[in-house]
Amino acid sequence: MTTAARTRLDAARTALGSACGEVTDGTPADAVDGVPVGLVARPASTPEVAEVLRAAAVYGLVVVPRGHGTKMSWGRPPEQADLVLDLSRMSAVLDHAAGDLIVDTQAGAPLAEVQRTVAGAGQRLALDEPVAGSTIGGMLATNTSGPGRMAVGTARDLLIGVTVVRADGVVAKAGGRVVKNVAGYDLGKLVIGSYGTLAVVTQAVFRLHPVPVARRVVNVSADSPDDAQRLVQQVVHAQLVPAAVEVDWPGTGGGTVGVLLEGTEAGVEGRTAATIALLGGDAAAADGLPSGWGRLPWDEDPTTGRATALKATFALSGLSRVLEAGRAAAAAAAVPLRLRGSGGAGVLHGSLPADTDVAAVREVVTRLREACAVAGGALVVLDGPPEVKAGVDTWGPVPALDLMRRVKEQFDPERRLAPGRFVGGI
Amino acid sequence: MSGMHGTETTAGPVEGHVPPEATSATGEPGANSAGMAAVGRVAREVMPVTGVIADPTQLRTYECDGLAHYRVTPALVVLPETTEQLAAVVRACSEHGVPFVARGSGTGLSGGSLPRADGVLIVTSRMRTIREIRRADQRAVVDPGVINLDVTRAATPEGYYYAPDPSSQQICSIGGNLAENSGGAHCLKYGFTSNHVLGTELVTPQGDIVTLGGLAPDAPGYDLLGTVVGSEGTLGIATTATVRLVRLPEEVRTLLAGFASTDEAGAATSAIISAGVLPAAIEMMDALAIEAAEAAVHCNYPAGAGAVLVIELDGPSAEVEHEYAQVERICQDHGAFELRLAIDAAERALIWKGRKSAFAAVGRISPDYIVQDGVIPRTALPEVLRAIAELSSSSGVRVANVFHAGDGNLHPLVLFDDAKPGAGDAAEKVSGAILDLCISHGGAITGEHGVGVDKAAYMPKMFTDDDLDTMQLVRCAFDPGNISNPGKIFPTPRLCGEVPGKRKHAHPLVEAGLADAF
Repeated sequence: MTTAARTRLDAARTALGSACGEVTDGTPADAVDGVPVGLVARPASTPEVAEVLRAAAVYGLVVVPRGHGTKMSWGRPPEQADLVLDLSRMSAVLDHAAGDLIVDTQAGAPLAEVQRTVAGAGQRLALDEPVAGSTIGGMLATNTSGPGRMAVGTARDLLIGVTVVRADGVVAKAGGRVVKNVAGYDLGKLVIGSYGTLAVVTQAVFRLHPVPVARRVVNVSADSPDDAQRLVQQVVHAQLVPAAVEVDWPGTGGGTVGVLLEGTEAGVEGRTAATIALLGGDAAAADGLPSGWGRLPWDEDPTTGRATALKATFALSGLSRVLEAGRAAAAAAAVPLRLRGSGGAGVLHGSLPADTDVAAVREVVTRLREACAVAGGALVVLDGPPEVKAGVDTWGPVPALDLMRRVKEQFDPERRLAPGRFVGGI
Repeated sequence: MSGMHGTETTAGPVEGHVPPEATSATGEPGANSAGMAAVGRVAREVMPVTGVIADPTQLRTYECDGLAHYRVTPALVVLPETTEQLAAVVRACSEHGVPFVARGSGTGLSGGSLPRADGVLIVTSRMRTIREIRRADQRAVVDPGVINLDVTRAATPEGYYYAPDPSSQQICSIGGNLAENSGGAHCLKYGFTSNHVLGTELVTPQGDIVTLGGLAPDAPGYDLLGTVVGSEGTLGIATTATVRLVRLPEEVRTLLAGFASTDEAGAATSAIISAGVLPAAIEMMDALAIEAAEAAVHCNYPAGAGAVLVIELDGPSAEVEHEYAQVERICQDHGAFELRLAIDAAERALIWKGRKSAFAAVGRISPDYIVQDGVIPRTALPEVLRAIAELSSSSGVRVANVFHAGDGNLHPLVLFDDAKPGAGDAAEKVSGAILDLCISHGGAITGEHGVGVDKAAYMPKMFTDDDLDTMQLVRCAFDPGNISNPGKIFPTPRLCGEVPGKRKHAHPLVEAGLADAF
């Protein structure tokens, strides 16, 4: 850090301290994807976040928002990280209106805590937690999803109200506390998956769902990518309304298709039998979820260090193409590639071992990206070791990038919120 | 009333003028006539002669949408047949600073496609091709002018349908649905237009054609699509929509339950939801609405009911059977005196006919009426309904209630006779007071009809200046010239500063040519 930068931080510290009380020096553990952090501020309320951001604006600090910091290396490294805005003190689940099936929560609340709160009334926030320990804000910023997305969708389908603080410290909200509302622009959708580059989310209101009484999984083996696609197509075109249709595709051999059925005891029993009959082969029911269900494949990477984390999206009919391309690309690059995800929604996550050579990663990314594009989707490298991020086009082509840049310029004209972390250098 | 657009229209001999508060949304006739002439020339160059309307008499047929008491004659109407034609007109508008308003079938109920006297009305009704029904992908790709119900008709042979079902679905267009984020009776379970539109080709207010979203989910970058859907035509014009198709359910059961009062029906609604049942729809009508529907379509609802619920359950048979038993018991526990299960499609259609025709039917019991659209938390239903009843009795203005009870979306119909002096004003007052009730109960000023020109003045009651200012940052990113449906949604336009293209802060490495922008 230059002396000038140090002086600026020292000057900012006093202002930040009066803004929120808890300001500390950044430690090596705070580094954001290898980028050292000057200061960490831990505000306890939306007004404090606003004060902190106003102070940061005065001193021209680059700010990176953080929840529990479980996905700080996702995206690209920020150009700079003068200040980490840590929201973990804003962890209150503010209001669970059980009769209205909504929950109002601070952004620093752990998703698991929200689930515990609403479970008391037999309800759930129908969002999976693929990265354990995620906060609401972190989950929104990275738009994580799991098997359940097939039936109820993702955060964009469940977030009904949001409070954000802009880079200039202005507090704004959109949406509200009712499930149906078309008044004004839906800013919630805009901040979902924005990696903290537009505004800092401090509070969120979600629609809830009842917890189903019964759940059962039917697993069936798939010999080939075509077979996996055939099985997925069979089940999505049936009238069985699965809660999830997962595909697990290890590095070698065939894979598994898993169908989750949720509902009433009698209903699930009947639908399970119908699913087994429909899928044939070795289809069989299990009471518990199979091991690895909903887990991100890179969490199972046996090598030490950071695995390369991929997210592939495609139209449903592109499943076999993507599985095929993944296997062929991995074989050509001589690396194991595990793909796993929602065959029923068209999203697979993939993992390449931490020690994979950059050229091999690039080859897999290129070929898989081609297959996803043909199938109407995209391939994104969510995370990876520094060499991979330096040597691979991690976000890939992004349509409408110019419009996105214009949105960024309006919200954060000085590029002080996580600059460089998002698509196109945003 | 206009009478030309489907079932959900508002009445109004209050027509022929635009209330003063709305004039900022309408423009001055003859303003920027040189720009207008230039746009007209471009339109005639790129479109067949029948696609450009400048004749004053013909122009007048486009002077309003479904909210017929706001009327403005547009300076020019164009009916493009292709995205390129549409984009060429928008580009010309952008070059010459001429405002434009997009319109599908014109069934909107908030004046969202109210024309500008100084602008072009771009009508998408000639862009009516269903491009693809992709069964394997559970998607359809359609033009903006395609009628909502036609998507379902095209998908049904494949076992699929398009879930969002506004009451006007026989005539409203997908493009209009996208602009308004339209709901419908079945969005309780299946969500709104925003949950079902997964991609669009958008003509930006500069006339550029961009793709947002597509066949696959989670496109990288900001979810601009999610912001465009429901932006009421202020961020550009959608020229295709990629929509989700939903598998037809194995079983559908439609139940009609008669209650003595809306209190009991409201309590039953809350109890059903609290029990963990998620019906496809729960609709409520009160005595006055029932009376109107009965007179109009003879739907044979239970005699003497103070309220009815129409409850529809759908899904796998085994689940529906179980849920039906639960719902039946809950209705009985809450005082339902008659429960009627539709035994066939004809009976189901009759039950729904009563509900779906309710707005128009009210025209039979009152010469004029205002359709209100507000949302409250579902648990506040009994309290708010009582407050509406008090408002009605204290003001002497009759209010019929027809609404989506499951999600707390009220549609009070405020009845009046405009021939009586002061009656229109009194009705407006009651209608406004109902919105205040919604806001004070933590609700919203519109659940599905949109803000448009009608409710822009109410936005500051629901949102702070900072909220509205922040929303308009998006507007400034898309439309810094403020030409795409200007004057709608926001009571006060934000000045946007610089025009796009001139970027202040590119990535320094990109700027220096040292890095690719990825």
